[in-house]
Amino acid sequence: MTVDWSWIGDHTHDLTSLALSHLQAALLAVFFGLLISLPLAVVAHRVRALRGVFLGLSNVLFTIPSIAIFVLLLPVSGLTRTTTVIGLTVYTLVVLLRNTVEGLDSVPVKTKEAAKAMGTRPLRTLLTVELPLALPVIMAGVRIATVMSISLVSVATYIGDGGLGQLFTDGFQRNFPTPVIVGVVLTLLLALVADALLVAVQYVLTPWTRRRA
Amino acid sequence: MYELFKNLAKWLVSGDQWAGTDGIAHRIAEHLEYSLLATLIAAAIALPLGLLIGHTGKGAFLAINLSSFGRALPTVGLVVLVFLVSGLSLWSVYVALVVLAVPAIVTNTYAGMSAVDPEVKDAARGQGMRGHQVLFQVEIPLALPLIMTGLRLSLIQVVSTATIAAYVSFGGLGRYVFDGLAQRDLVQVLGGAALVAIVAVVLDLALAGLQRYLFLPHSRLRSSGRDPHRRTAAH
Repeated sequence: MTVDWSWIGDHTHDLTSLALSHLQAALLAVFFGLLISLPLAVVAHRVRALRGVFLGLSNVLFTIPSIAIFVLLLPVSGLTRTTTVIGLTVYTLVVLLRNTVEGLDSVPVKTKEAAKAMGTRPLRTLLTVELPLALPVIMAGVRIATVMSISLVSVATYIGDGGLGQLFTDGFQRNFPTPVIVGVVLTLLLALVADALLVAVQYVLTPWTRRRA
Repeated sequence: MYELFKNLAKWLVSGDQWAGTDGIAHRIAEHLEYSLLATLIAAAIALPLGLLIGHTGKGAFLAINLSSFGRALPTVGLVVLVFLVSGLSLWSVYVALVVLAVPAIVTNTYAGMSAVDPEVKDAARGQGMRGHQVLFQVEIPLALPLIMTGLRLSLIQVVSTATIAAYVSFGGLGRYVFDGLAQRDLVQVLGGAALVAIVAVVLDLALAGLQRYLFLPHSRLRSSGRDPHRRTAAH
């Protein structure tokens, strides 16, 4: 197995745009995943009965093969970026929802009671006390969801999208390993960079955890 | 939409569809063979690794980074790459599925081990237990729930990803998905996907049952009275 370096040189422009489109799909999915799981997690944290229902549902969604989710969406959104993003969002839910609920659970009861005793209203307690304290666990979920989405985008190549995943089908059909290798390496690089950036974001957002760590 | 579901139901229950080498029963058997074997191999690699790291407390950084590396590897790319290199062999499928399954097992095993109360371990040592006794009689039983979580998570992922075997010309339930895609036969695609999801859920429930069975003595010990509170039973 040899890498055809000149192929890479000839295609740097295509590779860059594929990588950017790849990253965009993954980040949009995590963004929408957070948008959906935050309110659901707040409800699940408060209403015990709903917690099992939400977590169970997200687990079942997780078992559906990703290719099938994309295909299922075809009648709704067709061969578009929307299909890719919806499919990936569904997958981020299982991690984001569970971690957000667990993050909220990890906030000490006494802290919440102290906030209440100081006269802080529930919504404000949630926004200024509970969510910030839950942030480390939520961010752990965001990191996993981001890395997972970046690796999953390639599956959307079967429905004509898929960013760097297109290199896999291309290499497979032409029996030419170079694009496949380049695709795998670039996907890993994207995941690595995104993860490092998220660690930095978490460091900035949670100054109170620095001394302990 | 209604018509689609009616056809799907018809597809799933028709006798012709279930019989023969390209019948559903045979495809389920293939799918189970790929997923169970891959998860077993992954467990054989990941469990000792996670236990070792958890027991010695060394190499945690390496394990965690290797795990996120494994999570980032695109499975489609890996299958295609190994397929192009190794030729027409099932290796490509197994390599990709094992790589997919290892991280969750390692991280959960390690997490379970490191969550064991150090005082409990000290007490065990203080009673004269040796290293392996502490590991097998104290740490592993206490870490078991999280270890099982890792195995279940991996199994679900492997079952749903084993679909990919069909992309590189092998069998399993992915056959219906990819053949359906090629023939623009939505019913077949959905049927295959539904079967994969059912297989995954059933296997997960089976493992959950096994976990409850393995874990019962401990939850009985720890919770006094006849009403083991759910939260104490789960952790």
